[in-house]
Parts: sequence; C-alpha cells; structure tokens
Amino acid sequence: MLKFATVSTIAFSTIAGSAMAQTDISWWHGMGGRNGEVINEISQQFNDAQDACKLTPLSRGTYEEALSSSIAAFRSGEQPNIVQVFDAGAATIMNAPGAVIPAEDLILNAGEEFSRDDFIAGVRNFYADSEGKFVGMPFNSSAPIMYMNTEAFEKAGVEAPKTWEDFEAIAPKLKDAGYIPMTASQLTWMMVENFKSRNNQQFATNNNGYDGVDGTQLIVNDENTVMMFDKLKAWADDGLYGFYGAGWGDNLKPFEEGKVAMWIGSSGSFGGLQKSAQMPFTADFMPYWGSIEGAGTQSFIGGAALFAMAGKSDEENACTAQFFSFLTSPEVQVYWHENTGYVPITEAAYELAKEEGYYDEKPVAEVGIKQLMLPGGEWSKGYRLGFYPQIRSVMEREFNRIFSGETTPKAAFDTIQQEGDALLARFAKTSG
Amino acid sequence: MARLRGFWEGSSRNPAKRVQFDRPLTPWLFVLPQLLIVAIFFYWPSVQAVTSSFYLEDPFGFGSTFVGMDNYTDAISSREYRRIAGFTAFFAVMVTALSLSIGLLLAVKADKVIRGASAYKTALIAVYAIAPPVSGLIGMMFFDMHMGPFTEMAAWFGYEMKVGINYNDTAFALILVAVWKQIPYNFIFFLSGLQSVPVSVREAALIDARSGWRRFKDIVLPLLAPTAFFLLIINITYSLFDTFAIIDVMVKDKPANNPMTLVYKVYLDGFKGNDIGGSSAQSVILMVVVAALTVAQFRFLERRVHYG
Repeated sequence: MLKFATVSTIAFSTIAGSAMAQTDISWWHGMGGRNGEVINEISQQFNDAQDACKLTPLSRGTYEEALSSSIAAFRSGEQPNIVQVFDAGAATIMNAPGAVIPAEDLILNAGEEFSRDDFIAGVRNFYADSEGKFVGMPFNSSAPIMYMNTEAFEKAGVEAPKTWEDFEAIAPKLKDAGYIPMTASQLTWMMVENFKSRNNQQFATNNNGYDGVDGTQLIVNDENTVMMFDKLKAWADDGLYGFYGAGWGDNLKPFEEGKVAMWIGSSGSFGGLQKSAQMPFTADFMPYWGSIEGAGTQSFIGGAALFAMAGKSDEENACTAQFFSFLTSPEVQVYWHENTGYVPITEAAYELAKEEGYYDEKPVAEVGIKQLMLPGGEWSKGYRLGFYPQIRSVMEREFNRIFSGETTPKAAFDTIQQEGDALLARFAKTSG
Repeated sequence: MARLRGFWEGSSRNPAKRVQFDRPLTPWLFVLPQLLIVAIFFYWPSVQAVTSSFYLEDPFGFGSTFVGMDNYTDAISSREYRRIAGFTAFFAVMVTALSLSIGLLLAVKADKVIRGASAYKTALIAVYAIAPPVSGLIGMMFFDMHMGPFTEMAAWFGYEMKVGINYNDTAFALILVAVWKQIPYNFIFFLSGLQSVPVSVREAALIDARSGWRRFKDIVLPLLAPTAFFLLIINITYSLFDTFAIIDVMVKDKPANNPMTLVYKVYLDGFKGNDIGGSSAQSVILMVVVAALTVAQFRFLERRVHYG
C-alpha cells in the first residue's frame, strides 16, 4: 500500500511538474495577411522570452468571426484564453459580465505592475468600464487619417486640407488636374463614428451608451450628421468624391493606382500601402468642419482590444497576464507599430519610436498617434452600443441607397435612427 | 428516380421488392446509423432552433428571457426582412428556371453531337468541379467595379455597371454566377436522361412525326419528366441554400444595400450580429417554408410525372 502511494505520488508530482513547466494558452484573433504574420512573430518572441508559458495564436478569419467563434466556444466551455474583439463588438463582450476577466484585475492579481497613466490618453476609455478600469487590453489601435497622393497635390498646386471647407475649396482643382479628389473606406467608421469624435458631437443618449443599455438611443438624424452626408452626396454628384460601395478595398484600390488625390483610411493601412501604392504619398489628420463649434477634437481609438476570457485556471490566467504585460512593453509595441502601422498604445513606446528616429524616416506613421493625442472633447471618446455590428450593417445599406439616389440623406438617417433604436432596445432586453 | 418514388408511395405497391427479415429488430439495426445521423445533425439542431426562437438571449448564454412569438413578429413585420424574402423568391425562380432550361437545351444539343462529343461534354461538365466560393470569386473579378471585363463590356454600351452599389446590377451578377455554376449539374442529369430514351421509341416516333419539336415535346419530354422533377427540387434547394458561398464572396462580407437571400440573413443576424433568438426564428420560418414547398411539389407536381 505504501509502495502504491509512493508510486502514485511520484507519478502525480511528475505530471504536475511537467504541467508547471509549461502552461499552454491560446489566443484567437481576426487578422490575416502581414498583420497575422506579425501576431505570430510576437507570440514566438513571447514564447522565447520565458519558459513557463506557451502561447498559441490562431486566426479565426475576420474580426466578426473571431468574436462569434469565441462566443460559441464560450457557450460550450471551450473558450480560448485570449480573444481579440474589434471596436464595434466591444459592447457585446463588455455587457456580458462573467464572460471576461477585466484585464486590469487579471494583471494586478498575477502580481504584475499596471498603471493606466502609462497609456496614451486616446486609448484609455474605449475598452474601460465607467470607473475607468481596463476591461479589455488595447492592442491594435488605429485612427482614421487622410492619405494624400503627393503628385496630385503638386499638380493641382494645392495644400493639404485641414477642414472640409478647405477640401471644398481645393477639390475642383484636384478634379481639373485629372484626379478623383477623394475616396473613403468604411463610411460608418469615418463619417459617422469619427465624424462625431472629430467634431465633438454626441452620438447616443446615456453618455454615448457608456452609462448603460436601458433606453439608449442613437443621435444620428441631427442637422450636422445629415449635413455631412448631404455634402458627400453633392460632392459625389459633382465628381469630387468617388463612392465605391461598402467594401474597404474597392475604395482603396483607385487610390493605390494613383487615380485619387486623397483617401480617408486607417492609420493601420500604412504598412500595406507602402507596398501597394504606385505613387508617393503622405498623410495628415482627417478633416473636420470649421463651421461646427468646438470641432477639431481627437478621433477615438479604432481597431481592436484583447480580452481575457473567464473560466480558466489560475496558472493560465497568470500566463495571460504575463503576456499582456509583455505586449505593452515599449519594445514589443514599437515592433508592432513599425511592422503594421497600428499606433503604439503607451507613452513609453511612442517615446522609444521617436528616439529611434522612426518618424524622421516615416512621418506618415506618426499621424495616427498624433491625431489620437489631440485635445479631447466631451463626445470624442467613442461609443458603447449593443448589436452595433448590425447597426453598422443598417448604415451601410442606407449609405448605398443614398449614393445610388434611392433615398436622401435625411430619410436614410431617419431609417438608421429608427432601426438602430429598435436594435438597441432589443439588446437591452437580451442583457436585462 | 425509383428511390424517390419508393420513398413517397411506400413500399407496399412493390411487394416483389420486399425483403423479409426473420427478426423484427434486424432492419432497425441496419438503419440505425442513418437514423442517428439524421437525429444528431437534423432533429436535434432543429429542436434547438425552435426552442431558442422563443427566447431573447444574451450572446454568451448568461441569461435568456422568454418572449413568446416576439422574434417571429419582429422578423415578419420588418420591411427589410420582407424585401429579402421577396428577393429570395425571385432569385429562386430565376436561378431554377434559367439553369434548368439552359441545362436542358445544352443536353439536347450535346445528345446530337457525334464527333468530338466527349470533349464537348467535358467542357460543359468541368464547371461543376468549381467550388461555390471559387465561382463567387470568379464572379467578383468579372464584375469588379474598377477592372471587371463584364463591367467594361457594359461600358461599351454606355451603361455604368456598379455591382456592389446598384441593387439591380448586383442581383443580375448573383443570378448569372449562380446559374452558371448550376448548369453543368442539370446538364449531366438531362443528358443521361436523354440517353436512356430507347432508340426503338425514337425510331418509331420518327415515322409518326417529321417535326423535331413535336417528337421532343410528345415523346422525349414526358420520358424526361422524372429527371426534370428531381432536378426541380434539387435546383430550388440549391438556389435557396447552396448559393450562400457565392453571395458571401460576391458581396464581400459587407452586404450593405445588396440583395441577399434569407439564408444569408440568418447567418448575418446570428453569426455576425450575435442575435441568437431572432436568427433562430428566421431559420424556423425558412425551414417551414421549404418543407411546405417540397411537400407541395410532391403532392401536386409528382402526380403528373410518369416513371416509365
């Protein structure tokens, strides 16, 4: 009997020993192409840097697919340790307390250091709860910026527009020079969500949705938002703006081919654009309306954050915490920043990139972070709205109808208001 | 075809084909694996869908509220849902009618080809080997707004084709690709159906009627009816369900104002919107409609089909 006990003790301790030696954690994300490769490289760097944890990243397709498959996995108890959730899906996961462990708690519980002040101002709120506690760990953050075809601006003899009024003044010259003056990808993000941030306009009741889900309603059929789209439609009719549907790439392609003077895109597109653009280009802040009082505030953080899913062992959570700390270290942030074009999320990383002289070499890379560091306003902080991916779909549908002449901007935003509010009410019921 | 008929009429009309088992449980043992598969992959998920269609659920499954028929009334009262349902019906009719008639036409013509027949057939059948997402991708490139050959062709006629922005243009592109993908399938079945028409019957017909169209209408077509009936059901199912991948690829994951089918809407609300209750209700509606349609076809259409 004694013998058996000894043997089993030894066996047990061996198993425990090997488990202690290395804890496996998983990371589901929604990135492909070059960005997906960089995720693999960073995971490898983490695995090489220590022996206790082994991180395995896995691409689940798009952002939406990463979120859906994590939800399905959570319901069957097979969730990954870490999931990447995009801006529009943030409310879904943050309104399900119990699905995630707030990143800040996770890191502090594991005995690692954490300070909110280390992060640049623009990224502190979007993935945090009402007390400012980080629920998600900001990861790939981007800002919508204005890319410009250098040749087009030289040929037309015009300067980069600061405001949309400036754009209206120079657009005919760009057109005369033989270019489509502007295209923009993902109007939902650019011309609604960030229109609200850049011009300091309220987007939804209940403090843009941050204060709760009950009774939250959109504020989109207001004068200014409708004006933005009246202008876009008028520009499209005059050949000053090219609308190529809801697809990201369809609006980017003519810019890459050098046919378009300026493209409103993501700072995260910089990595890819350096390879795909067939002409020299530069970038500047996304324009705002000089006519709107208090406009010119920062854009809110786009992109995605990492969430630590609940229901995992302490060892695994410790590894996840360790990885989050690793990820926010200046060296890793700079590596990520320089390889993808996403902005560094900590002050220290930004300083390091500056010291290295990265922005002297590539000034475009600094535009996004500078725009996120502009002075904030009451309404520049973004939004937290449930079923938001569906609300975006409604907007995309109505925008197509605006530009094909089936509806007017006012009528379109009335529809968005009505269907969006119905979705928000539905979401409030699901989490009630 | 005999299998379909046996299934519907019951085996009692064919006593000669009955197999007798000594023990009553033995036949059940043989069908058990199939029954298990049907139960696990069809009945169980169906029951789940019906159940969750009566609830509003938070995506992570922490809580669900019983809402009765709300999800159904929400779906049916939505203007957008009805618009999609309308397009789905139009799409199914167009795709089925076009791919059946073109498949039949090609099969009749191929049946007459003597020299180079196999090369001709191979060329027609080859398309069937293309996976739906790939055919969607091909369609996407053909109709690309910036460089698609079809877009350029339309431009010769002074038409600015905008697949992805213009609702009708996208509908046209979707139907074209879906039909193109399905023609070979219909072609194979019609061709083999034509080749099983006995030579003696054709020769007899040749004596009775000089007109090729009359011979086709009175002799060949009735003999093809079982094949056509089978293909009708398969094509409707195809246009309703299997075109998903084509649509997904061609609208590039962002449907916006583009036409889509009800199945795509179920996916959009359930998997992208994480609205499980609403999406379940839609899939139950779809299930009921398709079941009713299939039963109706068997009841009313199959009576006219003669199985030789």
